[in-house]
Amino acid sequence: MTGWRSIGRVQWGWFVAAAAVLALLPLAFDTHTATVLLIWALFAMSLGLMWGFAGLLSFGHSAYFGLGAYAYAISSVNMGESTIPLVLAVLVPALFAAVVGAMMFYGRISDVYMGVITLVVTLILFKFMSATAGDAYRIGDARLGGFNGIPGFPTLNLPGFPEISLYGVPPYYVCAASLLLCYLLSRWILARSFGRVLVGIRENEARCELMGYDVALYKTGIFTISAGMAGLAGCLFANWAEIVTPGLFALGQAAEVLIWVIAGGLGTLIGPILGAMALGMVKLLLGQQTLIDNSLVLGAILIVVVLAIPRGVVPTVQRAWGWRTRTRRGRAKAASARRRLGGSPGESA
Amino acid sequence: MDYAGVVLLEVLYMIAFLALTSAGLAIVFGMMRVINLAHGEFVMLGGYTTIACARAGIDIYFAMLVLAPLVVGIWGLIVERLIIRFLYGRMIDTMLATWGLSLLMVGAVTLIFGSSAVSVPAPIPGYRLGSYQMGGYNLFIIAVTILLVLALWFMLRFTRAGLIARGAMQGPDVVASLGYNPRKVYMITFTAGAALSGLAGGVLAPLTGLLPSSGGAYIAKAFITVITGGAAVISGTLSSAALFGVINQLTSFGAGPVIGEIAMLALAIVLLRLMPQGITGRFFRNGT
Repeated sequence: MTGWRSIGRVQWGWFVAAAAVLALLPLAFDTHTATVLLIWALFAMSLGLMWGFAGLLSFGHSAYFGLGAYAYAISSVNMGESTIPLVLAVLVPALFAAVVGAMMFYGRISDVYMGVITLVVTLILFKFMSATAGDAYRIGDARLGGFNGIPGFPTLNLPGFPEISLYGVPPYYVCAASLLLCYLLSRWILARSFGRVLVGIRENEARCELMGYDVALYKTGIFTISAGMAGLAGCLFANWAEIVTPGLFALGQAAEVLIWVIAGGLGTLIGPILGAMALGMVKLLLGQQTLIDNSLVLGAILIVVVLAIPRGVVPTVQRAWGWRTRTRRGRAKAASARRRLGGSPGESA
Repeated sequence: MDYAGVVLLEVLYMIAFLALTSAGLAIVFGMMRVINLAHGEFVMLGGYTTIACARAGIDIYFAMLVLAPLVVGIWGLIVERLIIRFLYGRMIDTMLATWGLSLLMVGAVTLIFGSSAVSVPAPIPGYRLGSYQMGGYNLFIIAVTILLVLALWFMLRFTRAGLIARGAMQGPDVVASLGYNPRKVYMITFTAGAALSGLAGGVLAPLTGLLPSSGGAYIAKAFITVITGGAAVISGTLSSAALFGVINQLTSFGAGPVIGEIAMLALAIVLLRLMPQGITGRFFRNGT
């Protein structure tokens, strides 16, 4: 069974519908807002991919988001165009994550200790970037600018034509296409044996190891891929905000993406996407008023989700839905359907 | 010579700071295997309590040494009853829920006290060491920390409550076999840990001033101190606080405070890579 066929079996209808909605959205909705929601969705999906399917929780995923943004800003200032910087914005965080991941996973570090290390990594980047004010800290023509960050770098342009820069609606379509492509890539990865082994590691690491898989290699691999996607999201975010600041690495950013993913749903890809979009919208709306503090609401949501629906909204709804159809059609039929699909409930969507 | 004295005092202060801010987290982690990511906000709450009481005309020593631990202890009890007790044994979920709690507390404090900094003057005047001006209050913090560590050690080693606590460190079965309900022990432990965090916040408040986001400054340092120290509460916290304090201050004197902090964080990563069970997982295994 190839990867493509098993992607194609379930989701193409929904996928085309989602793509159509995204394509038509600029007609009905503020493009600027829609763009940043898509960027946050991509960022959340990158974390959801490694946390939900490989069981690896990075407490500091903002490190790779921020690295992508900084890699893009620094290289585009130096090169004056955006095509190579875009590639670098994926490669730099991915390579950085490969080093951090290899250090952790080959050292058999997991759970809480992985949480500490990922958190400390993003803190180090935050402290360092905040302290880079002054002329001494520059890479080529780009001044790192300390707490004020790097403003005024060239934004996305048509590949090969540095003078034709994209603004308004085209960047929105770049973000929509990035999200859809990364979604397909993630689906493809999960349908390959690589993805199957990752789910196996999540379920029972010792058993996978005894079956002869190099568990650390698989974990480092998915960490690298996830960081690359987070870097792409960071690069798009830099283009949206037109400035990069150390705040991208801050703990608040790290907490936010985590909340999006867990509220949306672990073990799905669509959950983090919807979680990021819905809670991102809430954040933007809360930002327009001063009565209730944003972090108060986010914190309350996180507590309620962990206590009441620890699997997140989407899997909970799916389970309720699955239960209803199952009782309607009868148990035997559902059991045979499950055997035919060959997946666990956590893998649908 | 004076300069050496200044460096020595600064190093001692940093060790005391780390030990004091980590004590509450260390007790909760050591006995319950629960990581409280809202720990920094517990410390902050202690600080706000102290400053609010001091401004209301209450004696500042009474506010920081009695009222701050009391208020934060009661808050800890509420949190344990409403959140933590449903999550025992689910380490990652506890971390997530307490992270949510930390955001919630930051938001609530911002609503109540506003987002600007508040402070209260230190009640002890500075003094001169040779040609250097020193803060006298730092000495008070060092003294409080030493007393606190001695009191904790005495309690764990020589009292009935300490025996139960050491039992809890080995596991809930041990507590049960001593004839106590582990759940109740956990509840009291979490309350005590919160009270210690409140004490730390109260004592540090006059020195640092406070913002609603101040908790973030404590949590990372306390977190790495406790995890690097390992499961043994006193020897673990003291050994890692000493190590990080020395590294942080010596690097700070050489290369500035930011590089000092980065050096400390980087050292934490290296240590965790080499000793995932913490310092006391490898050395002083039978300590408390």
